[in-house]
Amino acid sequence: MLYSIFIDPFVQMAGAPDLLVQTIWEGTVSGVLYALIALGFVLIYKASGVFNYAQGIMVVFSALTLVGTYQKLGGLGFSGPGAAFLALAFALLVMFILAVTVERVVLRPLVNQPDIILLMATFGVTYFLIGFGEYVFGGEPKQMIAEQLFLPKGATEFQMAGGFVQLQNIDVAAAVIAVIMIIGLSAFFQYTRIGRALRAVADSHKAALSVGISLNQIWIVVWFTAGIVALVTGIMWGARSNVSFALEVVALKALPVLILGGLTSIPGAIVGGLIIGIGEKLGEFYWGPLVGSGIESWLAYVIALAFLLFRPQGLFGDKIIERI
Amino acid sequence: MFYREAGQFKTDYAADMAVFPIRQDRIGLALILFVAFVIVPAFGSDFLLQVVMIPTLVFALATIGLNLLTGYTGLLSLGTAGFMGVGAFACYKLTTLFPGVSIVIWVLASGFFSAAIGAAFGLPSLRIKGFYLAVATLAAQFFLQWCFVRIPWLINYNVSNAIEVPERTLLGLIVTGPKASPEVRYLITLAIVVALAWVASNIVHGRIGRSWMAVRDMDIAAELMGIRLLPTKLLAFAVSSFYCGVAGALMVFFWFGGAEPDVFSISQSFLILFMVIIGGLGSIVGSFMGAAFIYILPIALGSLAAAFNAPIPPATLEHLRYMIVGAMIIVFLIVEPHGLAALWRTTKQKLRTWPFPY
Amino acid sequence: MKHLKSLTAGVALAAGLGAAAPAFAADEIFVPLFTYRTGPFAGSGVPIADGMKDYLTMLNERDGGIGGVKLKLEECETGYDTKKGVECYESIKGKNPVMTNPWSTGITLQLIPKAGVDKIPVLSMAYGLSAAARGDTFPWVFNPPNTYWDGLSIIMKYIGTQAGGMDKLKGKTIGYIYLDAGFGKEPIPLFEQYAKDVGFTLKLYPVGATEMQNQSAQWLNVRRDKPDFMVMYGWGALNPTAIKEAVKIGYPMDKFVSIWWPGEDDARSAGEGAKGFKTLNWHAVGADFPAMQDVKKYVVDAGKSLYPKEKFGELLYARGVYNAILIAEGISQAQKITGKKVVTGEDVRRGLEQMDLSEARLKEIGLAGFTAPLKLSCADHNGHRAAFVQEWTGTAWKKVTDPIEPNLQVVTPLLDGAAKDYAEKNTGWPKRTEVCDKAS
Repeated sequence: MLYSIFIDPFVQMAGAPDLLVQTIWEGTVSGVLYALIALGFVLIYKASGVFNYAQGIMVVFSALTLVGTYQKLGGLGFSGPGAAFLALAFALLVMFILAVTVERVVLRPLVNQPDIILLMATFGVTYFLIGFGEYVFGGEPKQMIAEQLFLPKGATEFQMAGGFVQLQNIDVAAAVIAVIMIIGLSAFFQYTRIGRALRAVADSHKAALSVGISLNQIWIVVWFTAGIVALVTGIMWGARSNVSFALEVVALKALPVLILGGLTSIPGAIVGGLIIGIGEKLGEFYWGPLVGSGIESWLAYVIALAFLLFRPQGLFGDKIIERI
Repeated sequence: MFYREAGQFKTDYAADMAVFPIRQDRIGLALILFVAFVIVPAFGSDFLLQVVMIPTLVFALATIGLNLLTGYTGLLSLGTAGFMGVGAFACYKLTTLFPGVSIVIWVLASGFFSAAIGAAFGLPSLRIKGFYLAVATLAAQFFLQWCFVRIPWLINYNVSNAIEVPERTLLGLIVTGPKASPEVRYLITLAIVVALAWVASNIVHGRIGRSWMAVRDMDIAAELMGIRLLPTKLLAFAVSSFYCGVAGALMVFFWFGGAEPDVFSISQSFLILFMVIIGGLGSIVGSFMGAAFIYILPIALGSLAAAFNAPIPPATLEHLRYMIVGAMIIVFLIVEPHGLAALWRTTKQKLRTWPFPY
Repeated sequence: MKHLKSLTAGVALAAGLGAAAPAFAADEIFVPLFTYRTGPFAGSGVPIADGMKDYLTMLNERDGGIGGVKLKLEECETGYDTKKGVECYESIKGKNPVMTNPWSTGITLQLIPKAGVDKIPVLSMAYGLSAAARGDTFPWVFNPPNTYWDGLSIIMKYIGTQAGGMDKLKGKTIGYIYLDAGFGKEPIPLFEQYAKDVGFTLKLYPVGATEMQNQSAQWLNVRRDKPDFMVMYGWGALNPTAIKEAVKIGYPMDKFVSIWWPGEDDARSAGEGAKGFKTLNWHAVGADFPAMQDVKKYVVDAGKSLYPKEKFGELLYARGVYNAILIAEGISQAQKITGKKVVTGEDVRRGLEQMDLSEARLKEIGLAGFTAPLKLSCADHNGHRAAFVQEWTGTAWKKVTDPIEPNLQVVTPLLDGAAKDYAEKNTGWPKRTEVCDKAS
């Protein structure tokens, strides 16, 4: 028993390095996707202190808008890349409208309420988006229009140590786009005027207001950015499987990523995503069979819990200082 | 007009500290209990009992459980459905192992199993706080759900992979299984829920409840005042899980009559959290109101559509339900962030001073 | 003031319902359809719902119902959620329904014990509790035309022939990927028995309901274990994701066999690589039948269907039509037996038991060749019909084998054991008292 827990998996890893590399790669890819969802959470949490549960459904909703619009355009006789990018633009517009609406209807009237009330309000947003998305676009799963958006297909294989490692081109693209997005967002926050304002808001709402930063404007920017992140996540995940409401549950995985990295840290979301993604794939692949597999459903949370016991504010979170 | 406390004099502290210090409240409570115990089972339709009343009571109990933890002690938990599942499975195992013992005893006893599990998962709460704790309780939720699916012993190796509720009798009446009448199941559920709500009300008004609230308001300050945090928080987890466990057992035995493990999924945990928040954090009455509101609203919307013979396809109706429930949650939070309980308190206050509010 | 809110709401609701319960014309047969067009399983649910509804609507439009009596159809949205299913059941219970079609194993399990008490038969077409095939234990439940155990025995036979004989499977590895719920776990005992008897290694790859779109770990395991054949019992979003992942790791598609639930959309989304993917089926796909043409004419072209025209006749839609045929046949048999026009749940139970969907009858209703004949009896509520294997060509399903009979020698003892076990564990399970009609 001890052997099969502590030694056998490592023997297997050494025995088939190609599978190990492949597992780590798969973990990296899902980790990057978890990290993207978590990134949306972090942006909003930093700027408005809202724990935005609706980020998961925003992923589904934005992807659904994209694909649904494309289908509608197809019905009108437009198709191909042109229509796809038109749909993409429309999806962005919808996410912007969503950001403005949420700011107007939800955030503004609820300023200064306790965290849990704001969390609850995002549940309301989630419910509304589920109903609205299904009402407009139908509940059946849809295929992502990956080709029309010039996302690569197929796979790259290379030989190693008596086996092969296979990288799906779409996964590579996902990783690259994620990295670009993160760099872009960091630059945006670091060097632009809005970015600086945003960091000021994150530090202190009152101080930011008193130097003339418009909170409402910042919130719209942040929710829109989170919407863009959601759209990118939705496209990537949709291309790997399908666009359907079952994705919403996958988005729950972003929660352990989030707290592992710390609620307020962008690098934290990335590192957390990678730890969770790789950890759960390795765990499922090498240790899962010992208990009948399927441990992926809770392993992520347990990993996060284990880290939290040592760092209650997450790896990169702001240190929680408690005063009387 | 009728809600006036003129002429009701308190002559000792005990009377002044009573849970219902005003006579009209006591009369009202008696009236409600009378309606619940006599009128509803006597005149209610099967649909009312089976689809509206029993589920509302079950959810109310679970909501009280979560409210004790989240509303009174300030610990956010998303593992409610998992703890309910522990209660349900424990009750099933107990009643199939010892069929001779009354099912009501086992329903209550199963609460202790989930209390133990709940306390175990509550251990990290000493270090982890706020949203971080919420996600930590998600570990409990998913791990427990995985156990329900994976351990066939829990369901006695049934081929259907589900809990199959056997027939049990109490005082010669069939109380569980398909042949039990809705009235009997309703009355037993009601009796258990009312009794436990009474217990909960006494807990929160007593020393334990006050120490919970001290921890909620600021746990370091509470510690400095001499409240030991670990036992207090663990007790909150245990009592809360006890209520959830009993609610889970009631749910399977007196409402569903059988359950697959996926009944105790994460969405149910969220649902109960909605009920707590909409009802009002830190209020037992609010728990009943929140459960009723969140659970009955979609059904009422459905019935409304049916009543007007609205030509809406069922799928659209479902979408509309989602949208309306979502919108109502937001509107509600904006209008009254402290929940139905606060609304109720305000109404009572207005009634008390009516017609001269100054 | 504890219950005030719940009570007032409840009472108001009850009053509303009491007043609003639509008055039922005595000359209608009420057929509730439990469907799900929302939620994570909507992908499978939508075409089935439309197939069922469109066929029955067609009967109403073309023939004025069954035997001259209009069918009153009512859809109830369950979202594949047991709670909502129970709510649906309670809301239709009082309206004198002739049967229920739960379309979810979880909801079926809830309804099985209630069926006999409320006198409403349950028709769970090739899903639900396999043991319900035993009519002597479960007089009120019907699950034709085959059970999941039959399905597995058919798959095993097929795999056996592919390998060149059952004995060739000795020492091989067979992988089983399934939805980690009652439905997917049901065949495991039979699978294990096969593994023992034949001597192959069985590898299990469960997929949790929350992990349906995140299966890369399972398929990595497949890549490591290199099973010679893969068997799949999936539903909803599990199917397309599994097929995509299988394509991704380069698993040979012709060795990948599924139970009868994946539809065109599931295979299509995996692109070219999915060619050769196989599933079981027991009915035809397509619109080339007089009855299907009538559905098209009276319902789809008349704009009364919610289903996209270009997908008309696809697999899961046809599956819904098959279910509707069983509903219609049950009702018309009940009318024949009782001589009544407006039948009740009790009559339809007898009608379903006397179901005789012969070649001649299929021809009569305009579906000759749509499916194999089906005959049920009081003891056998299933039929254990043969199913064939079909292959995905990249654009459509193609039948690649003749119908394969299930291995009843293996399945029957399991069914008997399961039925007995169920009756024993549910203390007070009633002995069958329903009289068996003479075959007419």
